Amino acid sequence: MRRKLGYADVTPKNLYLSRRTLMAGAAGLAAGALLPGGALARIAAEASPYSIDATPTAYEDITSYNNFYEFGVDKGDPKAHAGALTTEPWSVVIDGLVGRPGTYPLEDLVAPARLEERIYRLRCVEGWSMVIPWIGFPLADVLSRAEPGSGARYVAFETLMRPEEMPGQRGFFQPLDWPYVEGLRLDEAMHPLTILATGLYGEELPNQNGAPLRLVVPWKYGFKSIKSIVRITLTADQPPTTWNLQNPREYGFYSNVNPAVDHPRWSQATERVIGGGIFAPRRETELFNGYAEEVGHLYAGMDLTVHY
Amino acid sequence: MPVMQGAGTINQALRRLPTGPGYLVGLVPAAYWITLAFQNRLGADPVRTLEHELGIIALQFLVAALAVTPLRELTGVSFLRFRRMFGLLAFAYAILHFTTWLVLDRQLDWPRILADLVKRPYIILGMTALLMLIPLAATSFDRAVRWLGGARWRRLHRLAYPATALAAVHFIWLVKTWPLEPLLYAAVVALLLAWRARGAVFSRRRRIRGQRAA
Repeated sequence: MRRKLGYADVTPKNLYLSRRTLMAGAAGLAAGALLPGGALARIAAEASPYSIDATPTAYEDITSYNNFYEFGVDKGDPKAHAGALTTEPWSVVIDGLVGRPGTYPLEDLVAPARLEERIYRLRCVEGWSMVIPWIGFPLADVLSRAEPGSGARYVAFETLMRPEEMPGQRGFFQPLDWPYVEGLRLDEAMHPLTILATGLYGEELPNQNGAPLRLVVPWKYGFKSIKSIVRITLTADQPPTTWNLQNPREYGFYSNVNPAVDHPRWSQATERVIGGGIFAPRRETELFNGYAEEVGHLYAGMDLTVHY
Repeated sequence: MPVMQGAGTINQALRRLPTGPGYLVGLVPAAYWITLAFQNRLGADPVRTLEHELGIIALQFLVAALAVTPLRELTGVSFLRFRRMFGLLAFAYAILHFTTWLVLDRQLDWPRILADLVKRPYIILGMTALLMLIPLAATSFDRAVRWLGGARWRRLHRLAYPATALAAVHFIWLVKTWPLEPLLYAAVVALLLAWRARGAVFSRRRRIRGQRAA
């Protein structure tokens, strides 16, 4: 007798297990690893030399203090409203100047990847930072498999547009144009620090943090790290980006973390550290968020006050 | 002057209320937010939350003080006895808001604080509003009215209008997009100021007409 095929039949075991980490059935594999979120089981991921040596911010803070305007403009809105987002099934369109364009099921993108834990500091353009232990893999892997054409110089990204599940995209008062779009230069996108994340703190990405697949570019302000990606397009020209469209004087295409280049309305020299209570000392913001050695060469000869 | 039905009853009830305990009641929210902050119960970014809540309450008391006269003229209900309290509470919250920024947010980093105070428009606006409130608070007691004389005192206390306007713009100017809340406050403040401007124009016309008649 033939059984109907399900995800488990076509999905690599490590992947579907990772996608169901929170289910009771996985508890046996979990070896009792108790997470701050209270869940059992961890996504298997290798440590990475790119991780910074810093204590991660509490899980509760990382998952309750979010800018994800598709769910509302308040920091608590994403956690309150993102639960309704359907992330399964999920697919990503990869198109533009690539040899192998197509609509790729999320599983196909993640399955070949060697997942790593990357502990990065996330510096928000608003002047605060937190340390997040991401689970992910280099964006370069996905781009290389899609075979970028010789004319490709930029990568454009697009977030899901689904007003029925994203209350921030509904109604009379819209803070931004949807869908949210972002972009990188191809060399930035291919840099080994640039990852696509599928999890954090050893768990699947909570919806409010950009499930099921988001970009993380640790040397740029947080808004460059686009969430819940549905399209990746390789282009010859610099693609439009949402915050730059909203206010070009305040948010540039590059938006590299830089203490010497202020936001027109506030200083970027220091940052409030999330999770340390009211007496947590401010941090001196570092050029490229501390990755000057790794990424400085990408901007050699560029005037960073012009290309902010 | 239009009078709402029942305004007299409300006024009688208001007259029976003592103003003294009102100050204590007005400071309860401050105690509440500061306690939560010290207990680290204000979420991931407690300094920003505390700063924001104290600033909002300052703005709310400024709006309340500004609304006293229009409310009386529209409905006959008079909170005049409480206006000084609204103003002083607004000042107290503005000071707490500023202190939070100075001590907890900018952590007494004076060079950068001074740079912000001359460079950042939203901080300049907030600071200017606070400075404007200082002479008002300093001359809020009965004897100051006698010293200054009623006319001069009233002229000085018109500083409450620009201070409130600056506070509302200060709020809009520090957010990233155009969220509803600061815009709503700005709209309410604009309406209240428009009401005053209208009143001023009318009374000036009356005065001019009166002079011609004489």
